Amino acid sequence: MYKFSHAISIRPITQVNFILMSFNSIKRNKMTIPLKEEFTLSIYSENHVGLLNQITTVFTRRHINIESLTTSESAISGIHKFTVVVFATADNIEKLAKQIEKRIDVLKVFVFRADEIIHQEIALYKVSTGSLLGGNEIEMLVRQYGARILEITPEYTVIEKTGHKNETQELFEKLEPYGVSQFVRSGRIAITKNKKELLETYLKKLETDEVQLN
Amino acid sequence: MEPQSQLLMKEKPTETTRMSGSEAVMQSLLREGTSIIFGYPGGAIMPIYDALHNHQEELHHVLTRHEQGALHAAEGYAKVTGKVGVCFATSGPGATNTVTGLANAMMDSTPIVLITGQVVSSLLGTDAFQETDVVGVTQPVTKWNYQVRRAEDIPAAIARAFYIARSGRPGPVVIDITKDAQVNELDFNYEPVKSIRSYKPESPIDFHQIEEAARLINLSKKPLALVGQGVIMGNAEKELLDFIEKSGVPAAWTLLGLSAMPSDHPLNVGMLGMHGNYGPNVKTNEADLIIAIGMRFDDRVTGDLSKYATNAKVIHLEIDPAEINKNVHADVPVLGNVKKTLPILTDKITKNEHNEWLKEFKACERIEHDRIIEKEIRPLDKGMTMGEVISKVSAAFNDDAIMVTDVGQHQMMGARYFKFKQTRSVVTSGGLGTMGFGVPAAMGAKLGRPDRQVCVFVGDGGFQMTIQELGTIFQTRIPVKIVLLNNNFLGMVRQWQELFFDKRYASTELINPDFQTIAKGYFVPSLRITERDNLDDAIKQMVDAEGPFLLEVVVEKEGNVFPMVPAGASVSDIRLE
Repeated sequence: MYKFSHAISIRPITQVNFILMSFNSIKRNKMTIPLKEEFTLSIYSENHVGLLNQITTVFTRRHINIESLTTSESAISGIHKFTVVVFATADNIEKLAKQIEKRIDVLKVFVFRADEIIHQEIALYKVSTGSLLGGNEIEMLVRQYGARILEITPEYTVIEKTGHKNETQELFEKLEPYGVSQFVRSGRIAITKNKKELLETYLKKLETDEVQLN
Repeated sequence: MEPQSQLLMKEKPTETTRMSGSEAVMQSLLREGTSIIFGYPGGAIMPIYDALHNHQEELHHVLTRHEQGALHAAEGYAKVTGKVGVCFATSGPGATNTVTGLANAMMDSTPIVLITGQVVSSLLGTDAFQETDVVGVTQPVTKWNYQVRRAEDIPAAIARAFYIARSGRPGPVVIDITKDAQVNELDFNYEPVKSIRSYKPESPIDFHQIEEAARLINLSKKPLALVGQGVIMGNAEKELLDFIEKSGVPAAWTLLGLSAMPSDHPLNVGMLGMHGNYGPNVKTNEADLIIAIGMRFDDRVTGDLSKYATNAKVIHLEIDPAEINKNVHADVPVLGNVKKTLPILTDKITKNEHNEWLKEFKACERIEHDRIIEKEIRPLDKGMTMGEVISKVSAAFNDDAIMVTDVGQHQMMGARYFKFKQTRSVVTSGGLGTMGFGVPAAMGAKLGRPDRQVCVFVGDGGFQMTIQELGTIFQTRIPVKIVLLNNNFLGMVRQWQELFFDKRYASTELINPDFQTIAKGYFVPSLRITERDNLDDAIKQMVDAEGPFLLEVVVEKEGNVFPMVPAGASVSDIRLE
């Protein structure tokens, strides 16, 4: 597994925002089998109609399947954030990121490996209240997995668990024998291990570049 | 406030004039310097056409015979003038007919603004008559697109459209305007767009990379420059020559980079790629340094990437960051407009000559001349060849006409055998390879440069894809010269069938109509030549004709374009026969 300590640094936009040049898979003349890994993309865009379509078509063209996608307004008012999880090769991700960034209304794309972010998902499970009352196994599971009960009605109980996909999946498998009538899982949200908000730094950088260009 | 009007929100204008949305379209276009519009009316764009009727003096409208023709014509216009080509089309089928033209312009980075009419906003999403999701359909083939549903958003949308179309790496933009927005009134105030927060047309210049590029150039023993369309679009022809002449680097060009340098320049070593010249292809793998200038390493240029530029470091001067490392790894990426980066680079390199290296190209040239070119332009056989006709036509125009081509064998022959003295002399469909492009593009080119001769080469296949534009040529009196190279075949496909499909000519033979009768029907003077003896006179007649002219030359049925790098092969494996 490749590893580099700090993939993201704020560089001028003349540079790709993450350094993948050292990767053998994109070096010419060195034929290695490209390695697929998990990447999380943070895509910041203007908040316009049709932006999601513009972004997803870039994935479609490169035949990269989206594992998870969440979208909502970012910390900066008027700027939208898409968090996308994909499995792809490093060089494909570099090309993909640049092609997304090329869309006029996309402000910036940041690419992270798993060790550069803290991320979380949320899952909801609906089980019958009868099975909950039938014994203490479900209660034990809720305690053991750090889940909580959101709502109890005479018919059903809704359990909520946050965590990584493998954790929410595990709880699902444990609950299944008792009957799970509904199970939903959100896409990933992620926060960087950087001290600063990357986008804000980028926007400031944009302003200085603007002055230089004029 | 709904999100879409937020985009176009401006400070309160100080001086305004009350007018309809359609009149605002006219006023906006005039402020962007538009003088010619290619288009086709229909229900949803009628208010705009009605407003256009009041501006016939300043905004000349060319009624094409199909919306695809309008887009290609606008592209021809944009390529030869460097201005933004402007088109109108109606909703639904009008808009969908433009998709091929948009895709072509997107691939070849041509600045186009297309304004489409749309059904009234209250009917959007109801499958109304002639309603199509134009923004959805055109999104993958445009640089930007936008739907305007309110009259007051029109000026800002058009300002943004022109800015995006022409800045950075240019491309086509679609503005879809609902019929009610065309009819309703607004307070008109026009402010050209100068920047967009989320869009960086040009990157700041990285001097460190240029230093590094200069260092590699100074060290290089066998450098090769690859010249692309970026040089022409950046108006950097002079900067290119300064660089080439100071560095002494032999320069080869891509199809769209053709005419950036004069054909007879001693450092011009010819065309790259599949049907390019022998030297620049085989020498790509002997060069120790590749200097790519405003080009994107298309697969038709590189062939097999794993066997491309195997001994070379790569310097890539490019305006679009997404092109860096897309196909070929750039050891030294130099982002920015080549108009700005080339002079800095030229300044930092030492004056040099590479005479030994150039001699190797000359040796290749001789081989190619003896084995291919001589036979092609002075054939001994009875049948006429495409290369022969093209080279004679070029000479008849003093090697100084604008050459437009359609797509296929004649296109490659045109690129190989037509000669050029000045830039912006080539209009051709490069990336998309759109048959039917030639004739309408030639109309636009001629309207853009009425002072220059415009000659379009078409094959009998592509001609019939947009042959109806002869009607536009007649109605608008556009004096283009059309050379139809008729071999009764879809020649390029047939060549591939001959070489790679065991001569199984599946659906490539054409039983053609009498093109002379068709030309006559469209009142376009024409001649058909079947014998070599009549060719010179016929070409002279065409060149001297005041108006449009169709010269049909019946060429050898099964002529092939060589050299050829077979698809997927290495550039070193270029075939001479």
